[in-house]
Amino acid sequence: MSETTIKAPTVAELQSKGESPEILFWVGCAGSFDDRYKRVTIAFTKILNHLGVNFAVLGPEESCTGDPARRAGNEFLFQMQAMSNIQLLDMYQVKKIVTACPHCFNTLKNEYPDLGGNYEVIHHTTFLQEMLNNGRLKIAGGDYKGQKITYHDSCYLGRANGVYEAPRELLKSLDADLVEMKRCKTKGLCCGAGGGQMFKDAEKGNKEINIARTEEALDTGAKVIAAACPFCMTMMSDGVKNKEKEQDVKVKDIAELIQESMG
Amino acid sequence: MTLITQVIFVVVMAIPTYLIVKRIRQIRGNILRGKPLDRSDQPAARWKSMLLVAFGQQKMFKKPIPAFLHLLIYVGFLVINLEVMEFMIDGLLGTHRTFAPYLGSFYNVAMNFFEFLALGVLISCVTFLIRRNVIKVPRFTKPEMKGWPAMDGNLILIIEIALMMAIFKMNAADQVLQARGVEGYHDTGRLLISSSLIPIFNLFGTGLLVFTERAAWWFHIVGIMAFALYVTYSKHLHIFLAFPNTYYSNLNAKGKIQNMDAVTNEVKSMLGLPVEAAPANPEEIGRFGAKDAPDLSWKSLMESYTCTECGRCTAECPANLTGKTLSPRKIMMDTRDRIEEIGQGKGEGKSLLGDYITKEEINACTSCNACTEACPINIDPLAIILEMKRYVAMEESGSPASWNAMFANIETNFAPWKFAPSDRFKWAEELNNEKK
Repeated sequence: MSETTIKAPTVAELQSKGESPEILFWVGCAGSFDDRYKRVTIAFTKILNHLGVNFAVLGPEESCTGDPARRAGNEFLFQMQAMSNIQLLDMYQVKKIVTACPHCFNTLKNEYPDLGGNYEVIHHTTFLQEMLNNGRLKIAGGDYKGQKITYHDSCYLGRANGVYEAPRELLKSLDADLVEMKRCKTKGLCCGAGGGQMFKDAEKGNKEINIARTEEALDTGAKVIAAACPFCMTMMSDGVKNKEKEQDVKVKDIAELIQESMG
Repeated sequence: MTLITQVIFVVVMAIPTYLIVKRIRQIRGNILRGKPLDRSDQPAARWKSMLLVAFGQQKMFKKPIPAFLHLLIYVGFLVINLEVMEFMIDGLLGTHRTFAPYLGSFYNVAMNFFEFLALGVLISCVTFLIRRNVIKVPRFTKPEMKGWPAMDGNLILIIEIALMMAIFKMNAADQVLQARGVEGYHDTGRLLISSSLIPIFNLFGTGLLVFTERAAWWFHIVGIMAFALYVTYSKHLHIFLAFPNTYYSNLNAKGKIQNMDAVTNEVKSMLGLPVEAAPANPEEIGRFGAKDAPDLSWKSLMESYTCTECGRCTAECPANLTGKTLSPRKIMMDTRDRIEEIGQGKGEGKSLLGDYITKEEINACTSCNACTEACPINIDPLAIILEMKRYVAMEESGSPASWNAMFANIETNFAPWKFAPSDRFKWAEELNNEKK
């Protein structure tokens, strides 16, 4: 991979050359600004380059989907965001969107159609599973072979949209020892950040949700907690730090695990 | 004599029937106080949801032990109603075991089957009483279950036990009367479960036996009618409402939030976009979101009457699990209590949000859908929570300060965090640095 340059073209750039991408990679706010999650964006970009996918990003033209605003009750703000995003996406004649953020995925896929934005939207785990199944993506295994990995279901991927198997199949492709937490799949426990909770302090209780969830993850004895959502990533990383286990247990996005194990 | 008992029977049936019909009208009226919501599409998918989830109890089987016990009660309820049919005919015509002569030996098979189910119901109800009161399953001991809700749960189980015991007593006394050759008692054959009571009833004189048999019969049939009326005031209403409730289930992806069309029109005109099909006589928008029960959709109100307070939602709620005040079950119970209050013309000056449900509760929701997934009959507490968040955000501007800051960031920086929009693509520079 080192001999070729890794590109992340913008749709505007391609358009100026009279080209248009097959797939739009919707990076999301966390993928653009969060230092930890930028590494996931970069990992996924490397995978797209490696697979030779004709993709582009919106770059500086991208804007928040409005998901946290809508879930905190601010429907006006959500719709303002949604409509201007739809105008932009339609202007670029976007057909297919792939994103690493389950919140962006859910909103673009399920909520934009009501406002006139109709696109084929898939989460990066589904995209990678397709690539694995059609033989384009080859996993060399290695680092994670036989390693205990546990997968933390994102609510917005799992319960909200029924994506449970794609992330698990990808982890199995690493020849990893996939161990499930006490609560998983439809019964998975939220990381505590959805519904706009990421942007405010939790209400008074006897525990933080992310600590409860991290305890369940650590109980499996896994060395890697695999996440597929920027919010889950932050919450689980904070939980692991809180338990002073960051030396032993890593929180990684599935795209990072795949990128490290690509042939 | 029989004519008098027939008249008494008709009167005794008519009174609760009248009261039940009146109560059903009241509940229907309360549900229709809600806002319109179109759930008339995809009838095939809706029938399927009803058949699987309500009739087939599909979602109950996430917890096998209570599911099995609940299934016994459910099947018992459905099947024993066939026997009630005979009760009705006997009561109206003044006959005794009308079907016995016609069904021959099959009558014995049927009665034995009913007795077997009655025993199943009895065992389940006793187990449920133990789970609630002795083992104290955590979901039955949450704060919202104090007082009437706990009593309601126990009463239902005790009434069902009493009704089943009446069947056994009636059948046992009947068998002794048959053995003594008393006139008018058809041969039912040996009834396996109730016959174990025969040694006790053998001690009774014939007159007392006739009285016991009749008393048990009246107790059962009057008990059923009284129970049916009681149900309409109880959490137990799910036995009927589970069916329409699952028929009108949300068929969208769980993550999808219902669009507010009134807002769409306003946003479109703000952005200078054409507003499609502006209604000829614009409906009064009313309130954005929900402050009180009638601001919710009729479906949410129906769900509040359907909720049987099992607490599976609350047991899965991450906020509740970590000690926050939010309990999805309480949201449903409060909604029902409030719409009942409004229906009775009481509680003026009060509202669902504030007097029943606090902002602290709704703000703790992570919209993770654990509650909607857990509900065995597809109740959606999240829809109510969201409508209240909408009211607080749009009508009151009363969201928590950090949410207001997040809103401001999205408005000015197009991201929920305070970063310059021009830095959005900086990761690409890092990509270039990294690959060197």
